[in-house]
Amino acid sequence: MNFTIEVNNNKLSANKGETILDALQRNGMSVPTLCHMKGLFPTGSCRMCVVEVEGRRNLVTACSEPVTDGMKISTHSSRVIESRKTIVELLLSNHPDDCLYCERNGNCELQKLSEDLNIRERRISGQKNNYKLDVSSASIVRDPAKCILCGRCVRVCEEIEGVSAIEFVGRGSKTFIDTAFNHGLNLSSCVNCGQCIMVCPTGALKEKSHLAETKDNLNDPNKTVIIQYAPSISVTLAEEFGFKPGQNIIGIMNAALRRIGFDYVFDTSFSADLTIMEEASELVHRVKSGGTLPMVTSCCPAWVKFAEEFHQDMLDNLSTCKSPQQMMGAIVKSYFAQTEGIDPEKIYSVSVMPCTAKKFEQQREEMTQNGISDVDAVLTTRELARLIRLHGIDIHKLEPEIADSPLGTRSSAGKIFGASGGVMEAAIRTAHYLITGKEMVKFQVRGVRGLEGRKEAKVQIGELEVGVAVVSGLQNASLLMEEIKNGRNDIHFIEVMACPGGCINGGGQPIGADEEAIRARMTTLYDIDEKDAIKVSHKNPYIVELYDKFLGKPLGHKSHELLHTHYQKREIK
Amino acid sequence: MIADKTYLIENVLKHTDKIKLSPAVQQQMRLLRSDENDKPLVFVGAGTCGLGAGAAETMDNAKAWLSENGIEAEVIPVGCIGLCSSEPLLDIKLPGKKRISFEHVSGEKVKGILDKIFAGTLPDHETLGQFGEQESQQSWEGVPNLKDHPFFKPQLRIVLENCGVSNPVSIEEYIARDGYKAYLNALKVFGREELCDFIEKSGLRGRGGGGFPTGKKWKFALGTEADQKYLICNADEGDPGAFMDRAVIEGDPHKLLEGMAIAAYAIGASKAYVYIRAEYPLAIERLVIAIDQAKEYGLIGKNIFGSGTDLEIVIKKGAGAFVCGEETALIHSIEGKRGMPRPRPPFPATSGLFGKPTIINNVETLSNLPTIVNKGADWFSSMGTATSKGTKVFALSGKISLTGLVEIPMGTTVREIIFNVAGGIPNGKKFKAVQMGGPSGGCVTDKNLDIQIDYESLVNVGAMMGSGGMVVMDEDTCMVDIAKFFMDFIQRESCGKCIPCREGTRRMLEILESITTKPKNRETHEPLARFKGVLQIEKLGRVIRDTSLCGLGQSAPNPVLSTLTWFREEYEEHVFDKKCRAGVCKNLRVYTIDVENCTGCTLCAKKCPTNAIIGGRKQPHFIIPDKCISCGACEEACNFNAVKVS
Amino acid sequence: MRSEIQDILDKYPSAGHDSLIPILQQVQEHLGFLSEESVVEVGKFLKMPTSKIFGVATFYNQFRFTQPGKYHVQVCRGTACHVLGSATVLDEIEKNLKVKAGMTTKDKLFSLEVVACIGACGLAPVISINGEFHAKVNSESIKTIFEAYRNREVVS
Repeated sequence: MNFTIEVNNNKLSANKGETILDALQRNGMSVPTLCHMKGLFPTGSCRMCVVEVEGRRNLVTACSEPVTDGMKISTHSSRVIESRKTIVELLLSNHPDDCLYCERNGNCELQKLSEDLNIRERRISGQKNNYKLDVSSASIVRDPAKCILCGRCVRVCEEIEGVSAIEFVGRGSKTFIDTAFNHGLNLSSCVNCGQCIMVCPTGALKEKSHLAETKDNLNDPNKTVIIQYAPSISVTLAEEFGFKPGQNIIGIMNAALRRIGFDYVFDTSFSADLTIMEEASELVHRVKSGGTLPMVTSCCPAWVKFAEEFHQDMLDNLSTCKSPQQMMGAIVKSYFAQTEGIDPEKIYSVSVMPCTAKKFEQQREEMTQNGISDVDAVLTTRELARLIRLHGIDIHKLEPEIADSPLGTRSSAGKIFGASGGVMEAAIRTAHYLITGKEMVKFQVRGVRGLEGRKEAKVQIGELEVGVAVVSGLQNASLLMEEIKNGRNDIHFIEVMACPGGCINGGGQPIGADEEAIRARMTTLYDIDEKDAIKVSHKNPYIVELYDKFLGKPLGHKSHELLHTHYQKREIK
Repeated sequence: MIADKTYLIENVLKHTDKIKLSPAVQQQMRLLRSDENDKPLVFVGAGTCGLGAGAAETMDNAKAWLSENGIEAEVIPVGCIGLCSSEPLLDIKLPGKKRISFEHVSGEKVKGILDKIFAGTLPDHETLGQFGEQESQQSWEGVPNLKDHPFFKPQLRIVLENCGVSNPVSIEEYIARDGYKAYLNALKVFGREELCDFIEKSGLRGRGGGGFPTGKKWKFALGTEADQKYLICNADEGDPGAFMDRAVIEGDPHKLLEGMAIAAYAIGASKAYVYIRAEYPLAIERLVIAIDQAKEYGLIGKNIFGSGTDLEIVIKKGAGAFVCGEETALIHSIEGKRGMPRPRPPFPATSGLFGKPTIINNVETLSNLPTIVNKGADWFSSMGTATSKGTKVFALSGKISLTGLVEIPMGTTVREIIFNVAGGIPNGKKFKAVQMGGPSGGCVTDKNLDIQIDYESLVNVGAMMGSGGMVVMDEDTCMVDIAKFFMDFIQRESCGKCIPCREGTRRMLEILESITTKPKNRETHEPLARFKGVLQIEKLGRVIRDTSLCGLGQSAPNPVLSTLTWFREEYEEHVFDKKCRAGVCKNLRVYTIDVENCTGCTLCAKKCPTNAIIGGRKQPHFIIPDKCISCGACEEACNFNAVKVS
Repeated sequence: MRSEIQDILDKYPSAGHDSLIPILQQVQEHLGFLSEESVVEVGKFLKMPTSKIFGVATFYNQFRFTQPGKYHVQVCRGTACHVLGSATVLDEIEKNLKVKAGMTTKDKLFSLEVVACIGACGLAPVISINGEFHAKVNSESIKTIFEAYRNREVVS
């Protein structure tokens, strides 16, 4: 049913059941919001979206108020503007005044609101609360002093990720967000996915930066500094420099990394291919030998920690493969070091990841060989952008270059790892070959593509009908795991990514991307796959060479030593 | 023989529709009501306030006296009759004589009173009155009727009818006082919708503060299809200065249960919750007993008296949060969550507890229902003003002669309550204001003492009915301090969810703190901030009121806005003259040194944090007013009583 | 090993999240406060994250996370008590016990808490020590009251 509503004296049509905010946005009008999260139930906590509705004593929040027929709304009356302004001034009244030093300077919703509302003086000043910085986590730094309690991080952690590491603590003006018993993130159930950072409007949440160590090592003449970048980085980094979402700047990025001074530039998509070789082989082995099924991917470190905490009875289902980041790290400090004749201890191995959990993964005990870490530092996409700016590099003026060989060459199967469903699709392509000895006629597995939280498909591999499921967002993963525990047995292989939509929407990506932007990033990845000649990991010539010269065969002894890992049950406090 | 359960069910509860019970049954009822008795009865007012005033000792001493004297008598703890300032209260009912009440009966006075009464004479002091309505019993000569006591005379007790009179944990006595008659009749006579109509017609409005018509509210839930509906009794009396609900539950828990049963039937709820403050252990204890008794009588449970109606009543103890008085917060609290309100719609009546239609009524609202059903909607609506019917219970406290609970018809003036019922202001002090509606309300000053109390008239003068707390203030009360007190309360009790309430109330408190403190440093912007503060506070208050998520936030600025309206000059004195006329704001006090007493020991000068004290050794010292921040360190340091405060 | 609070949990065989607050209330009644271990255990029992329980527990005035003193002193800060001088009473108690509200004395004898109205406004100002009410207190009577409690200790 359609209503007519009147907004600022203009007639608009609205649908029954939708909120004022929905109706305004559909008609291309906007009111500011802070706590609003698309797709989640409105909490009405920030009051930024208040509007004046004729006949109502108080202002109402557009995010939660359903439209009614004939409703007369005023979105920018002086009463409304003054109220919004006061609300922002209240937030600023005890906010640390360190915008110039803040991570989110220029990219802060609070800053933008105060600019938009023309706040030019401190009319209200208040006592600041004393909060401690939480630097306990390997991945995420929390600064409650900058927190405006919009609650988006709490909600994403609970409702999207099913983790609930953080919660509102205390009451009234002393409310803040913290972990249980104020123990800090490292002792909490936090899986380091970083989705909280992505939704934070201010600088209250940010990654634990590895920039300083990276720069120190770049300046150390005794160190060979290599860098690898994850499949999704080349399609998201551009946004940090003002390009439209979905632009692939891989060549320019290679050039920039060399300008910065990295000695070798490798592509994690190569080790993604390697992961597929091992993982597809493992799947085939499990299917043929009656091993634990369904097998679940293990390349998302947030998911791995989540499983170690909340699905301990399913750890045997996890593939033993290390993630592409760690495989690349292991190969760099073994095969690469060996062939180039470099002492592994003199290699400083940096990765650029769309992810904060990778910072945690890199520090796991299991991810070392003889006391040497596979990877030494992990930068997020945002940190890389900072590093490029720091070096004064104008990426608009760089000529594209290609990555270093042999660890810089990939198939397109390795590239689509960046999108939810990509690992699955790449694995199916290789598994098909391993089982039937033939390539697939059409490589695309459409059923596992897209941004939906759960996708399921049946794939025919020879005589075998393989049931596959792809989930992103750990809450979705939990639901699926519960189904499996309750006896569901038509699924053989599951891909799990913690971040909704996969790594293209990872916790280390540029802040402020909307669904359109994420879709554009995904489209670019599949376009690359469309255009590339080599679409399967097992045809990547350098992968073939790596096995020939060094690893032997998938799941072989050397693979086991370097490329596979194990998991530990974790007590959650 | 005293009537037992089977007797009461067969002869009374199954015949609630009969106009008159047989004389034999009526005789049993009189015995159960203690209107007539074979053995002497001793009643002790043992509500929380009575016990706080020493009722336990009174009771112990009474029992000891009885056993020492070999008198077989029953000692019955009853609830609070409302006259808190006269606690402990002791009543005696000798067989054939009218029940007589005594006030201020602390432990040591028990013996003297009992000695006299059991000897058939009256003690010299402490006699409060006798129960004149016990017509068949012989009067005590020269003792006034309790109902003619100035405290009771203007009252009309519906909700408080049995409080302090009957044994709260005796369902038998409650039944003998027409208890559960209304409920059982409602089950028989009324359809659900009819009952809603009936209550709507009576004009009963929510007594918890909002004043929404009860019958109308019920209809929203009744009209929503659902497999389960809930009734919640809100007994989370968080308003500091209100204790009506506690007294009602302690004094007459069955009346509340009956009211809940009626309401649950009206909306079609088979499960009801009482959300009660954990700070009220005695009320909870009595409620638990009452629920067990009602279950035993088949008044709660499955297929109640063959009606096909089921009812389960569960007690939930609130863990202490004022905001849980707000409906959606209360629901979250019962669900085991942080008690934070959520936006409405959806309203609880359509989607409330566990997503089901839920009606939340306050204790007083529910306790009105049995009498309304018994006596009729017209009877109820004949009392009160055009918009507000029936009576209202108020809790009187503060600077007032008689503190306690009163139930008066709507339309009574504030003046009547304060100066007639409660005996005015003690110690010859001047009345200044009465705070009504707690932290969400405002004050009524002498300008408005003659308004007739109803929901609308109070709002018109910037106060509100609220749950019925009336805190009286005299000339020694500083109104800025009172505003500060409420702001402090609200900013602590704000749930912290929405920005205007969470940050705004804190800022308002900080502003009030700054104007009740002398600026510490004249060089900084502090003095300027004090002036700016007052300009800000009104503006801030309006935005908080206009934009907050729930009722708590929307009403949070009321105490400030109200005191600003009526006592602006006091604010201005604080800001411009740095003076608190009531002498309450410690940090504005003026300190001087009495040269007569000063020995020049220099101790005060050493302790002064701002070096505001000058004077040579063994010479009288002086305080430089401009430098003094009124911290009081000198007063504390002085051993010769030479520092004077004004 | 059977934990201290298992008996409490046993009373809630099919408990949902709505049993959280009653369970916490009973745990606190038993332990005197909410220990970290008990919260973790309740979380496992109710299948609720500890952070959520901590969030709930810190929201309500009733719950505390440290062992209270042998005598738990509650000072009512309701309106009636305020008007009749509870601020001075609180000052006096803080001086007497040498602790601030929210703290416990060094000898663990007294813990001091400021509470919202305890509904005994007719007796204002009121304090309650281990549930026992002391009505119409003032700076003078405070001294006597605490002296009495201290003497009890000396005797026993």
